[in-house]
Amino acid sequence: MDRPMEEELLEQQEDTQKGRFLTFPLGNESYGIEIQYVTEIIGIQPITEVPELPEYIRGIINLRGKIIPVMDARIRFKKPFLEYNDRTCVIVIDVNEVAIGLIVDSVSEVISIAEENIVSTPSIQQINNRYIKGIGKVGNEVKLLLDCEKILNEQELDEVANFE
Amino acid sequence: MAPGNIDESLLDLFIFETSQNIEQLEQIILDYEKESSFTADAINEIFRIMHTIKGSAAMMMFENISSVAHKVEDMFYFIREHSADDIDYGDVADLVLESLDFIRCEMAKINTGTSADGDGAAIAAKIAASLQQKKDKYQNEQQSVTAATADNVVNEEPITKKLHNYAANDENIPVVNKKTYKANIYFDEECQMESLRAFDIINKICQFAEVVEYQPGDIMDNDNSASIIRENGFEVVFKTSGSYTNIDEFFSKLLFIRKYQLKEITEASLPQTEADVTPKIHIDDKTEQKPKAAAMSTAAPADNHTAPVATMINVNVVKLDKLMDLVGEMVISEAMVVENPDLKGLEIENFSKAARQLHKITCELQDTVMSIRMVPLADVFQKMHRVVRDMCKKLGKDVKLEIIGEETEADKNIITHLSDPLMHLVRNCIDHGIESEEERLKNNKPKAGKVTLEARNAGNDVLVIVRDDGMGLDKKKILAKAKKNGLLKKDSSEMSDSEIFNLIFIPGFSTNDNITEFSGRGVGMDVVTSNIEEVGGSVSVESTEGVGTAITIKIPLTLAIIDGMNVQVGDSLYTIPTISIKESFFPKLKDLITDPDGNEMIMVRGQCYAIVRLHQCFNVKSEITDFTQGIFIMVEQYEKTVCIFADQLLGQQQVVVKTLPRYIKNNFKVNGLSGCTLLGNGGISLILDAGWFTGMK
Repeated sequence: MDRPMEEELLEQQEDTQKGRFLTFPLGNESYGIEIQYVTEIIGIQPITEVPELPEYIRGIINLRGKIIPVMDARIRFKKPFLEYNDRTCVIVIDVNEVAIGLIVDSVSEVISIAEENIVSTPSIQQINNRYIKGIGKVGNEVKLLLDCEKILNEQELDEVANFE
Repeated sequence: MAPGNIDESLLDLFIFETSQNIEQLEQIILDYEKESSFTADAINEIFRIMHTIKGSAAMMMFENISSVAHKVEDMFYFIREHSADDIDYGDVADLVLESLDFIRCEMAKINTGTSADGDGAAIAAKIAASLQQKKDKYQNEQQSVTAATADNVVNEEPITKKLHNYAANDENIPVVNKKTYKANIYFDEECQMESLRAFDIINKICQFAEVVEYQPGDIMDNDNSASIIRENGFEVVFKTSGSYTNIDEFFSKLLFIRKYQLKEITEASLPQTEADVTPKIHIDDKTEQKPKAAAMSTAAPADNHTAPVATMINVNVVKLDKLMDLVGEMVISEAMVVENPDLKGLEIENFSKAARQLHKITCELQDTVMSIRMVPLADVFQKMHRVVRDMCKKLGKDVKLEIIGEETEADKNIITHLSDPLMHLVRNCIDHGIESEEERLKNNKPKAGKVTLEARNAGNDVLVIVRDDGMGLDKKKILAKAKKNGLLKKDSSEMSDSEIFNLIFIPGFSTNDNITEFSGRGVGMDVVTSNIEEVGGSVSVESTEGVGTAITIKIPLTLAIIDGMNVQVGDSLYTIPTISIKESFFPKLKDLITDPDGNEMIMVRGQCYAIVRLHQCFNVKSEITDFTQGIFIMVEQYEKTVCIFADQLLGQQQVVVKTLPRYIKNNFKVNGLSGCTLLGNGGISLILDAGWFTGMK
């Protein structure tokens, strides 16, 4: 009997998470991450640098005994680096048990965006929007919705980049 | 029920049990092959194991496995029943081993999630042919004995072929006052597997009664019996002292029964065969008592054997890993509490006492968890018997395998990595090391070659030595080969013996096509090295021409916790495994050398070593770039040495090794780091990969 209950709960959880996004500002734009990928939001932590990694991977942090890498979202999306302050947050996301922390200036709120309000990104070859899953319309603002799986899968992307 | 629908845990259990059974069986076969005869116990044991495999495979719907197991079982049934002395044991062993390989291969498929689709028909046919041959032979020799005897012999095993009459074993039932009953049973139309159910009912009846006869008689043998039972019902005649109501109650409780008729029958109404049947049962009883008594006497020591097994439980390694992680975290948390900066300067006697107690318990806990993960090397070593046997047969050499110190323990994860390299080395020994018989006799060596597997503890390491008494390595040939492949870095006259021998471990040494031409070793030795290095071990070789070769594998006891030296460079902390540190020292200016290319070197006691500046290597900002202000740590790995330059030493501590996060491992290649660890203050230190540093220059 346990199992169906559990599954039901899980389904319910998925249902409540569906279409909900955690939004954060980055430069002039506002981004959104599907809430189902977000494990937690923490303040900035002491970061241990790891050599030979790209600049946007700032290093690794100790999250209660779990060691996870942190990626600076600003540098990743080619924006000028901003010194970390007490508003700086790390959004811990977990995709298929691969965890990573995204360093962002701050987080805004969790909003629901109905599916009909999400449009796909213009698919023109020159536009480099590999990390964006779609664009959500909220009132008269737009939110760029990040594709977490692609962010976490560097290699594949590089291959795509090479191919292009 | 398709294999895909089978409960995962059931499948796990099946795989676990069957692989254990296979290993056990293989061991028995190899043991008895040496003595070239099977004892009754061994045959029973083989029979039992094969029966178990067959049963569970059939239950899990792996038809191919169960059919092969069935054939082997048939063969041993024959051997057991006829206890023929003139059986070709080599042939039997070959067949059994071949079928074991087949089953193992299928198991591997199941394990990786693919469907077990191998065709066992070929092996099954081979066994059947061999069995038929044996049967023919047997019948020719003993024509006086009719096949009927075989039909009447009753086995302890509840399942035998040609079982017609089943004798009750229960001696407690008084023979007097027994009444004979006849039951006609009809199964539910949907129940399936009628013959199996009928057989089950007979078994149950046997517990309280004496089964005289049942129809159809060949339920387990004849595939059509199920349909006969479906149409005509299943008829069983049995004798018991129990009352009619008791028996009626028994039948009413059986499952999947549509209807049944229970009749008490008088002697006269019994079928005519009854007269024949009764004496037969007496014979059965006698024939059965004998092996039973024998089995009983041997069962006693066997019981002693199995007693400790009952106290063991099988635990998933994943759970142990988790436990290990937790203990590791606890060790760190303990340090975080005890060395909390808030406590600094406070004199708190009671706290210190309590902290010491906590420390003692965590240490003990850590040791215990480590010991749980330790398994003896015996399993891996035992596997080599098979390798030696197969190789000997193939190459026509006579080689004995000696095993020393198989009770030595090492971490489970490490042992799994040891199996392949060891097999490789043993194969190499027999293939290239041990000479042919004539050659051995010519060199005054015993005819049979000897391969020794030895394991022993040495500090924090386990040494596994593979030694043979073969021809040894040929230095000239190794050098010539290395030269040809462009692997020589210095003049051959300057090289020590061990340097020359270790050339065989360099990747690319054996990629030449003419492997067979090369009479020494080196076939895929680099595979061995890379496998061992993966678990932080090392391989070295010693050899004396004409006397033999010894290859020593050094592996750490465990990977999870190591002794490390923490060093600081700028703001970053690094941990160097203590095991690879030779010494640390402050340099003198006059010992420092810079060559025209800018490579920095240092002279230590007349030897020149390359210098690695950690801050440069890892691109860390550090104020200390002047050699005289920092410290040198001499690191040795794989017989190469470098001096690492760091700001300062922070001290030695036990660290729990954690791998770098998956994201980093998946996407980037990080050189020079083998993992990371958490420090007492919650910070992270990166563990240096000594092998990379010594290999880089």
